Amino acid sequence: MSAGRTDPVAFVRREMLAPAAPPPGQVGVIRWVRENLVSSWFNAILTALSLYAIRYVLSGVLPWTLNGVWNATSLNECREIRDARGLETAACWAVINERWLQILFGFYPTDDRLLATLFYSDALAAAGGADAVFNGGLNATQRVEFVSGMKNELSNGLIFLFGYWRPLLALACLVVAVAPILYSSLPRVLLLFSLAFPFVAFFLLWGGSVWLPLLVALGLLATMLIGRAVGARFGMLGGSLAGIAAFLVIFMNPLSFLGVTGLFPLLPKVLGVMDSILPWGLSAIPSDQFGGFMLAIIIGTSGIVLSLPLGIVLALGRQSSMPLIQWVCVTFIEVIRGVPLIVWLFTASLLLNYFLPPGTSFDLLLRVIIMVTLFASAYIAEVVRGGLAALPKGQYEAADSLGLDYWKSMRLIVLPQALKISIPGIVNTFIGLFKDTTLVVFIGLRDPLGLTNAIRATAEWNGIYWELYIFVGLLFFTFCFFMSRYSMYLEQRLRTDHR
Amino acid sequence: MAEATDPPRETFRLSQLLYDARYRSMTIQVVAAILIMLLLVELVDNTVTNLAALGKDIRFGFLWTTAGYDINQQLIPFTSQDTHARAALVGILNTLLVAFLGCILATVIGVLAGVLRLSKNWVVAKIMTFYVEAMRNTPLLIWILIVFAVMTEATPQPREFREGGSASMILWDSVAISNRGVYIPRPIWAEGSGLVVAVFVLSIIGIFVLRHVARKRQQDTGQILPVFRLSLALFFVPALLAYFLLGRPITLELPELGGFNFNGGIQIRNSFIALWLALSLYTSAFIAEIVRSGILAISKGQTEAAFALGVQPNRTMQLIILPQALRVIIPPLISQYLNLTKNSSLAIAVGYMDVRSTLGGITINQTGRELEGMLLLGIFYLITSLIISALMNLYNSSVKLKER
Repeated sequence: MSAGRTDPVAFVRREMLAPAAPPPGQVGVIRWVRENLVSSWFNAILTALSLYAIRYVLSGVLPWTLNGVWNATSLNECREIRDARGLETAACWAVINERWLQILFGFYPTDDRLLATLFYSDALAAAGGADAVFNGGLNATQRVEFVSGMKNELSNGLIFLFGYWRPLLALACLVVAVAPILYSSLPRVLLLFSLAFPFVAFFLLWGGSVWLPLLVALGLLATMLIGRAVGARFGMLGGSLAGIAAFLVIFMNPLSFLGVTGLFPLLPKVLGVMDSILPWGLSAIPSDQFGGFMLAIIIGTSGIVLSLPLGIVLALGRQSSMPLIQWVCVTFIEVIRGVPLIVWLFTASLLLNYFLPPGTSFDLLLRVIIMVTLFASAYIAEVVRGGLAALPKGQYEAADSLGLDYWKSMRLIVLPQALKISIPGIVNTFIGLFKDTTLVVFIGLRDPLGLTNAIRATAEWNGIYWELYIFVGLLFFTFCFFMSRYSMYLEQRLRTDHR
Repeated sequence: MAEATDPPRETFRLSQLLYDARYRSMTIQVVAAILIMLLLVELVDNTVTNLAALGKDIRFGFLWTTAGYDINQQLIPFTSQDTHARAALVGILNTLLVAFLGCILATVIGVLAGVLRLSKNWVVAKIMTFYVEAMRNTPLLIWILIVFAVMTEATPQPREFREGGSASMILWDSVAISNRGVYIPRPIWAEGSGLVVAVFVLSIIGIFVLRHVARKRQQDTGQILPVFRLSLALFFVPALLAYFLLGRPITLELPELGGFNFNGGIQIRNSFIALWLALSLYTSAFIAEIVRSGILAISKGQTEAAFALGVQPNRTMQLIILPQALRVIIPPLISQYLNLTKNSSLAIAVGYMDVRSTLGGITINQTGRELEGMLLLGIFYLITSLIISALMNLYNSSVKLKER
């Protein structure tokens, strides 16, 4: 302590300093660049290398993409246009421009009658009216000539909107049907439409009599109502038995082995009657004409919708305390998962007829859908099993201590939580399933990749690869990317813990 | 005093089969067993009837008849005079080869992409995100076709490798990438080369022993041996020493252009390269995500704790983070390996002769034995899957957290 000081503190600031602006290197773009691009010499090298790589790739791809030729009728014409413009490389997008309808729908027939009535009425009148052209009058060759003449006149956009209104309408219905399931903020009434959607879609896509899907839907409804009514009186087991009995009476022929025919089944008889009274319907389209991206969506959607419940049942079976049930489920899951989908698809196309009663043969598309469903359900089962196992044991015990029976405890306590945990896995399985629909090309269905081969087989487009692959790849990417983003959104929304 | 009464004697009533939880599971299982038996009987019966109607039976004798077709890639000698069984074996080896190499390449690329996606460098992280999303959201089949198209359409023809041609061989004129395939040098094994190989194998075993010793020593005394440098030395020095001491017994036969095609060297077909690369690239995207989530799953506290103890950053990664991350990474990695093996059946798209194309393709077409062929094919894939998952589960249990 020095004695001379009266005030030991030399200086005290009385007012606040105005905050200084941060140094220029610590704000805005410069700071971002410093932190994210050149934080160390190693990072700087990495940045330089990746920028060079990006530039290298883009300098090759961009001119090719942007200078692409959009209007041409053959690959040779594309090349001539490219040379005339003096370009080194140019994509031939003309093939997409000309054939995109085919990649989307395969050889699914257009509604020519509607197209002609709407946009080609003069020629139609000259040829003798719609009935004359499409119902007799013209022979097949003349009709094909008429239709191809019309399609040359019309733009692809018009054909897309009006010629393919049936698959488009089915797709729109799909969006409406899926929306209330995906987004819970929508009114619940829409779920009724979701239930009706499979029948609507079947009618729109395959056509035929309107009464078939309608009666099948009514039959299923009746089965359910009978099961419920009996179940309310005699418990769950009685209800299921009554439901099965009702199903057999309506759809199958349960007494055929006794030699009793003619009494059952109800459905075909009513169908015949209704068809003769009110022959409403659309022109029937057999499934060997289905193709293109539409086929991927049909197989993918049906596989997804059908495999989820089956997968959940399998997962529960695998967790079951009953050895036999457990063993059956484990065997099923492991056998299905151990063998590639291609082998299963070949089994469906080559062998399935061996296992069915002699004389039955059913549609290849249906067989594929069944196979894909079984395949995906085994994967879903494993994902759901993970969710079931991740659930704390206390939840099971809590459900038991509340006195809930097995199905109630599963439905109300366990599954909602387990499924929530397994959402990412389930969506990944769905994405995988959707991508795997491309494999059907190997058993002769015309999926988008198969159609690229068909397009390449024509004289005009022989030797074209990239444009087609890029287009098909982008189609799949769009759908799968949307699904994975939706799964992220769902994870966020269902997250109930406070993190 | 209250008299103790016996509990009422239980008499068994039939309704207990339905309503008593003790008996109900038995009832359900018996019913299920009967239903399953009925289903199986029905299936077998249908199959027998259908086969009889076609005049066929189930026999595996066709395996020992002459195959009569050629296989363009063979790891063991095969001619068209050999049996169908040997053709199947050639196919099996081809499948295993592409699956094995695919797993290795996919792991390398996947780990790299997964780590780089976590990089602080924004550009690198974005590039890797783009790569992973593009691969994961597009069907594998498209990638196989694209790589195949690159290999056959965008590579030069053999004649362009001539003097004055537009193409040239790479890696000191030893590797030629052409649209007929990739040609690499073929090693020629002269006398004494077996010894070199034996030395090399021994030194690999030595590396494992060294790692074991080093770990033990570290755990006992805390001393850390320079394992990486010692392993590197062990890997190269003894084998090279033996190679030169024995007078260079292994020589390379370089591919050379003769006539319209390359002679000498080993031709790797484009179908193999396309399948291998596409499978690896596709699977690597999934592995990248697994690696990324595995590293993210380790809480930051672990790193901080290691730093607080004064552990160096690279040792932190090696001793603290990786062993814990591996525990999260291994199980999904196994299923990716399984997926890759099963996806190798997409060889059909490029005409690679894997087991599906030999046993499940040409053999079936030639003999008409689709039931037997598909059965054997399925069994092969099933067994392979089970073996891979068993091996990997073994490894998984060795790195698993030992809970008490």
